[in-house]
Amino acid sequence: MGFVVEARNLTKVYEGGVLAVDHMNFEVEEGEVFGFLGPNGAGKTTTIKILVTLLKPTEGEAKVCGYDVMKKAHEVRKSIGIVFQDPALDTELTGRENLDYHARLYGLSSDVRRRRIEEVLELVELTDRADDLVKKYSGGMRRRLEIARGLMHYPKVLFLDEPTLGLDAQTRRAIWQYIRKLNKEEGMTIFLTTHYIEEADKLCDRVAIIDHGRTIALDKPSNLKDVVGRDVIYVRSSNDLRLAENLKSEGWVSEVKVGEELAIYTSFSEKRIPLIFKVAQEVGVEIESIKMKKPSLEDVYIYYTGRKMRDDEAGPVEHVRMLRGRRLS
Amino acid sequence: MRSDVQAIYVMWLRQVKRFIRAKSRLVGNIFQPLLFLAAFGFGFRGARFVGIPTTVSYLEFLAPGMIVMSVVFSSMFAGISVLWDRQFGFLKEVLVAPVRRISIVVGKTLGGSTIALIQGFIILAASVALGVRISALSAAACVLLTILVAFSWVGFGLAAASRMEDVHGFSLIMNLLIMPAMFLSTAFFPLEGIPEAFKLVIYANPVTYEVDAVRQVLIGVGYISLWIDLLVILGVTCFTIFTGAYLFSKCEA
Ligand SMILES: Nc1ncnc2c1ncn2[C@@H]1O[C@H](COP(=O)(O)OP(=O)(O)OP(=O)(O)O)[C@@H](O)[C@H]1O
Ligand SMILES: [Mg+2]
Repeated sequence: MGFVVEARNLTKVYEGGVLAVDHMNFEVEEGEVFGFLGPNGAGKTTTIKILVTLLKPTEGEAKVCGYDVMKKAHEVRKSIGIVFQDPALDTELTGRENLDYHARLYGLSSDVRRRRIEEVLELVELTDRADDLVKKYSGGMRRRLEIARGLMHYPKVLFLDEPTLGLDAQTRRAIWQYIRKLNKEEGMTIFLTTHYIEEADKLCDRVAIIDHGRTIALDKPSNLKDVVGRDVIYVRSSNDLRLAENLKSEGWVSEVKVGEELAIYTSFSEKRIPLIFKVAQEVGVEIESIKMKKPSLEDVYIYYTGRKMRDDEAGPVEHVRMLRGRRLS
Repeated sequence: MRSDVQAIYVMWLRQVKRFIRAKSRLVGNIFQPLLFLAAFGFGFRGARFVGIPTTVSYLEFLAPGMIVMSVVFSSMFAGISVLWDRQFGFLKEVLVAPVRRISIVVGKTLGGSTIALIQGFIILAASVALGVRISALSAAACVLLTILVAFSWVGFGLAAASRMEDVHGFSLIMNLLIMPAMFLSTAFFPLEGIPEAFKLVIYANPVTYEVDAVRQVLIGVGYISLWIDLLVILGVTCFTIFTGAYLFSKCEA
């Protein structure tokens, strides 16, 4: 019974004073796929590093599989598997050797070891490349090998820090499939972080939206979207404030928020666009752009923070980050 | 327990495998001592040095120094290679595994020493090929000594790596500490006829005792009592190994 992961007032202040995790509270239930969704620098990796005992929290406490991450680090380490955001393979060794060394570090007996290596290689479709040096692998193959390695010792919970960062759409979907399979067939609890809206939405049973080291919302993706309510119309205009003031009183508008763009929450949005133009014209505000959306988790993020999450597909910034990560490896 | 034994084995095996595969590194590591040995050994063939007995050629005098030098270089490198493990991310994989840090340190030390011994042995064999006369017994004693020497320098490398942020520190240590330590010891020249101030530095340098001990064992020439050499070597080895293990146990990925 109980939760697989529990965080109470979890806080991390780095040397130099960066507040990366700010009194976070959340629980992960057994058998679920739990996701952290948040922009760059939100504190996702820092939280994971605390949970896997690589960093000490400044304040608060966390338990993994019932063990305190500070006091029972060894027990925690025995129960978890982790795929780090940055590559953590030995590229001078073969794929099989990387797996074999991992299995030994986790104390798997030799027959289990041999069988399990074949199993996980099969799962991530690397059997025929297993005896090549990892430095000859592509980025996607390395990622798949890391996932295989993370799950081979039957962890109770598998942490995946941005498992599909910088991968092409096809590889990403394949990895989603492995993750689902693991969760369903091996009953593994999965804790993943991502800043891809779609990944959080499609893959996770529950999502925590993270911003500036805080959980700003935590629920099933569908419930989160229900909070936003109906559709969203985003407007840029010559005077957002003035337009917002005048729209608030309209009966068809359920909520208006002023942020980077003006967000108007409503239903039957396609019918409302002419009405917005009409109001704008009456009060002398010029509309520069207008777009309408069915709510996604992105809109949930905007709803709570007033800002866009950005990076919702692999943009140039991210490619640079990926390259940097790879070159170091 | 089982995974701790396995951890030692994995850390050892990984280093040995990487060493065998990286042929260019082996060549790079043994080239310098071999070059010194051949160039100086033959270049100063006819020269006479104050402090070197007339029965011993400069080549014979130099060989133990170069064996120690190759062992120091390669074991120090094995310890400090934790820096690369950190940079390439592999260190995290090791640090989250359910094994004690001390097993990792032991594995690293054994792996680094194995590599160092292989390289030391290559220099030893090369010396014999170049004409240095040694007995099998003294070669065996030399192996025992170099194991201690290797342990101490792996420990030193580990300690240094645990306190450094990135790989840039490596060339600093190499150029400002290790190279001078080789030249300010008795590896290249005898202690006789050296200004007092220099002598102080040489006596404060552990490499001096390491070279002196190996030289006494191999060719029977020495400048310090063998017992003092052994005492210093043991002391330094214990100190660096413990410091290395302690600092490594504190370091974060
Ligand atoms: N070692 C460190 N020292 C100081 N500050 C750090 C360190 N690591 C991260 N930070 C800071 O902590 C904050 C959170 O970083 P973190 O890596 O946890 O974010 P993230 O959500 O994982 O972002 P991303 O999506 O880019 O991976 C950032 O402001 C970052 O600059
Ligand atoms: Mg991150």
